[in-house]
Amino acid sequence: MSAFTGIGEDREIDQEEFTPGIEPQATWCPGCGDFGVLKALKGAMPEVGRTPDETLLVTGIGCSGKLSSYFESYGFHSIHGRALPVARAAKLANPGLEVIAAGGDGDGYGIGGNHFMHTARENHDITYIVFNNEIFGLTKGQTSPTSPKGHKSKTQPHGSAKDPVRPMSLSLASGASYIARTAAVNPRQAQEVLVEAIQHDGFAHIDFLTQCPTWNKDAKEYVPYTDVQDSEEFEFDTGDRREAAEAMYEAESRLYEGEVLTGRFYHDPDRPSYGEEKRAQGDVPEEPVAERYFGDGEWERTADELIDRHT
Amino acid sequence: MTDQTLMWRIAGGSGDGIDSTSQNFAKALMRSGLDVFTHRHYPSRIRGGHTYVEVRAADQPVRSRGDGFNFLLALGDSFARSPQEGAYYGNEKVKPLAENLDDLNEGGVVVYDTGFFEEEDIAEIRLEERAQQEGWHVYPMDLRALAREHGREVMRNTAGVGATAALVGKDVSYFEELVEEAMSGEVMEANLTILEEAYEQASEFEFTHDLRVPTGSHETDQALMSGSNAIAYAALDSGCRFIAGYPMTPWTDVFTIMSQNLSDFGGIAEQVEDEIAAAALALGASHAGVKAMSGSSGGGFALMSEPLGLAEMTETPLVLVEAMRAGPSTGMPTKTEQADLEHVLYTSQGDSNRVVFAPGNLEEAYEQTRTAFQVAYDYQIPTIILYDQKLGGEMRNVGVDFFDREPDPSLGATLTEEEISEAAHHESGKFERFRHDPENGVSPRSIPGQTGGRFLASGNEHNTVGHISEDPDNRKAQMDRRMRKLEHVREELDGRDQSHQTRHGPADAEYGLLVWGSQQDTVFEAVDRLNAAGHDVKALGVSDMLPYPEAEVREFLESVRECVVVEMNATGQFRGLTQKELGQYGEKLSSLLKYDGEAFEPGEVVDGFESSIDGGQPAAGNMKFVPAAGD
Ligand SMILES: Cc1ncc(C[n+]2csc(CCOP(=O)(O)OP(=O)(O)O)c2C)c(N)n1
Ligand code: SF4
Repeated sequence: MSAFTGIGEDREIDQEEFTPGIEPQATWCPGCGDFGVLKALKGAMPEVGRTPDETLLVTGIGCSGKLSSYFESYGFHSIHGRALPVARAAKLANPGLEVIAAGGDGDGYGIGGNHFMHTARENHDITYIVFNNEIFGLTKGQTSPTSPKGHKSKTQPHGSAKDPVRPMSLSLASGASYIARTAAVNPRQAQEVLVEAIQHDGFAHIDFLTQCPTWNKDAKEYVPYTDVQDSEEFEFDTGDRREAAEAMYEAESRLYEGEVLTGRFYHDPDRPSYGEEKRAQGDVPEEPVAERYFGDGEWERTADELIDRHT
Repeated sequence: MTDQTLMWRIAGGSGDGIDSTSQNFAKALMRSGLDVFTHRHYPSRIRGGHTYVEVRAADQPVRSRGDGFNFLLALGDSFARSPQEGAYYGNEKVKPLAENLDDLNEGGVVVYDTGFFEEEDIAEIRLEERAQQEGWHVYPMDLRALAREHGREVMRNTAGVGATAALVGKDVSYFEELVEEAMSGEVMEANLTILEEAYEQASEFEFTHDLRVPTGSHETDQALMSGSNAIAYAALDSGCRFIAGYPMTPWTDVFTIMSQNLSDFGGIAEQVEDEIAAAALALGASHAGVKAMSGSSGGGFALMSEPLGLAEMTETPLVLVEAMRAGPSTGMPTKTEQADLEHVLYTSQGDSNRVVFAPGNLEEAYEQTRTAFQVAYDYQIPTIILYDQKLGGEMRNVGVDFFDREPDPSLGATLTEEEISEAAHHESGKFERFRHDPENGVSPRSIPGQTGGRFLASGNEHNTVGHISEDPDNRKAQMDRRMRKLEHVREELDGRDQSHQTRHGPADAEYGLLVWGSQQDTVFEAVDRLNAAGHDVKALGVSDMLPYPEAEVREFLESVRECVVVEMNATGQFRGLTQKELGQYGEKLSSLLKYDGEAFEPGEVVDGFESSIDGGQPAAGNMKFVPAAGD
């Protein structure tokens, strides 16, 4: 019998199952965009048909990192910038788990930038939600990697002289196989995008625009926004890297000019995920490695397998 | 010359196959019934540059490289021959011969490749004159020509081995056997011919030396292993099926062995972007229910400080390996040192909690790695195996039956779904994973995917279901519980039949030597010599660093008048730890320190001890004696 009977359970799932019955009041500020992510994620789970017991949500540190406290599933509230490596290994150890990682723009594009690049490159089958509020929230309003050039904060009193990172372009160049941008103010699209991302077999990156009314009052509230899929102006093939790259570039530039373009920017359903590649190579077994510890299968001994080489 | 003991040094250029040749040589001697020990010296350079390996062999156990050596096979550095224009090779041509002569014992044997060393080189280093003074026996042979005639120049290693076999009176068939096993086709044929031819040629010399190694016998089949092999195999036997790492010398050895074997054992090996990721991956895999490890050397371990703390706070079992080399910073990548002890004990913020083992030799490396996995998973605490370049790289023969152990796939304090259903849950349905009450501090965990086991693992302080909490009572209860684990680990380790701490020498000896990690066997050899020379000395090798084996060390220190702590660092880190843990003995403990990148030789410990009891410094400038407080 499987050690993980919760995995693959087929039943009706109610989004309320994802509301923890403990400390339900979030410590996010009133009006914070993070509520929108939580709501969209809860809404998406019944649609993708995954239960709290078969879901692992790994978060980083920041206001965004607290997502795992307000979402009922297995959770791992890790450290600043390191959600991705934790999530990657959990997925490799047990591919049956639905693994979702989340963090902020400082968390994901700053301190965790190296992990972001490599996770995308390897195309791990996980969904990565980055709460992009263009500011460091939890540490009280410092300039973040997505803050606009010239942005003034207590730690950048003369304004930032840096161009903001272009998260989607970075993600595409690194190798992510699903890339979207959505916004907390657009709950319908946000939920749709999340469903797609979670269902996608590969690294799905969502740049999730959230507002921080407490520290980033100057920033646009992300309205009005344009849905690139609905707009006549944007006709591009999300399966074509070149066209997607152009659309992303445009969206990333216009964001700082006050216009918010959201939607799916890139989707490559054919590229096998890292886990699949490894399993195909015979590098990783078909059965989840985690499962073995609960069975009563044979365990190899080095003495039987390797000692001959040394005699 | 110490009869019965061969201390053979093969010298040449890095990349000339010195390593594999010496391994085969050691293996052949082992098969002939001798006990062997190898010591590897290599520069931080990939090709070219002087390198050597020593193989010590005797018909009784050999546990150290010994003092100096008595047989030099100087092959010549093929990469030093044709330096590219403007390259920084310099003239290193004679190095394999010249560089090694200083440590060659009186009456030793020299075989050198006349194909590489020209007469003027030989004249320049005054070989003949020195040989006369030191009573060396010199046998020049054109090994290169021999290799070229029957095969390729690189095969001069084989020629050198053939010559050695003849000169030490070993049956060439032991070597032939290995060539036949390792090679095939033309390459094998060529090597066999070269081996036999060199053997014949060398047999024709008129032997002036008396270095004949006996043929011994072993009661059980023997395996030639390195410390890194022992650690990796113990991990596999412990049920470790996940490793993540990033290369850094000398940890790379363990990482490589694991990476090459894990998939055959149904496991996963990942080379990742950096050491923070490496340890975080191991943590993620362990959280998801796979026994996992990561590791590095000092610089990479520094990056692991973050995930290490996260493992402690989330109580996720994690085994890390720390392979020391000389620091700080990138220090001397290929040189050995024992100066990361404090780094490993205290890295990461807060009152943190981990278990640290420092095996003294190959067998202990295996045993303690097994223990490290068991403790990590039973107590949900990070455990660290701290060893050094010396222990990782040296090879020794061990009875095959030593490795014939039962595997241990237990995940430790982990519940099955059935057990979860009976365990305490919060009214919300969340599993109370971090209960305060368990007596030994360990609250059993569930694994993501198990029905009914949901909880939050958090690096922030948290309550019983894992939610962030800054409540003072909860904080104190959680801290107390986590810290309680160490007491129970100590109790469990002390209660075992076999302590990790090793005693050597007469129980009632007046003087003590305290030693940790890879210097243990060297010090034990020195103790035997000191006692033979009329001193009254015993030693205690300490292999558990944290929780500290207080009772055993205290008893040892109470039983001696004075005690010298022998370690390879400049600041006496282990002596400091001992004083801190025991809260006294400042006036009883002195230090014999070495931090030039080389391990102690037994003779150095003898000298160091003798000069220290006279109140002086060791005669050789490569060591430092630091007297006890108040001396
Ligand atoms: C290694 C480390 N450095 C710094 C911090 C402090 N810190 C906590 S959250 C944070 C920034 C969070 O910003 P962001 O990722 O944008 O998330 P937000 O709070 O805006 O959701 C920082 C710098 C930390 N926890 N760990
Ligand atoms: S500080 Fe900003 S990001 Fe954090 S909770 Fe408040 S509004 Fe949200």
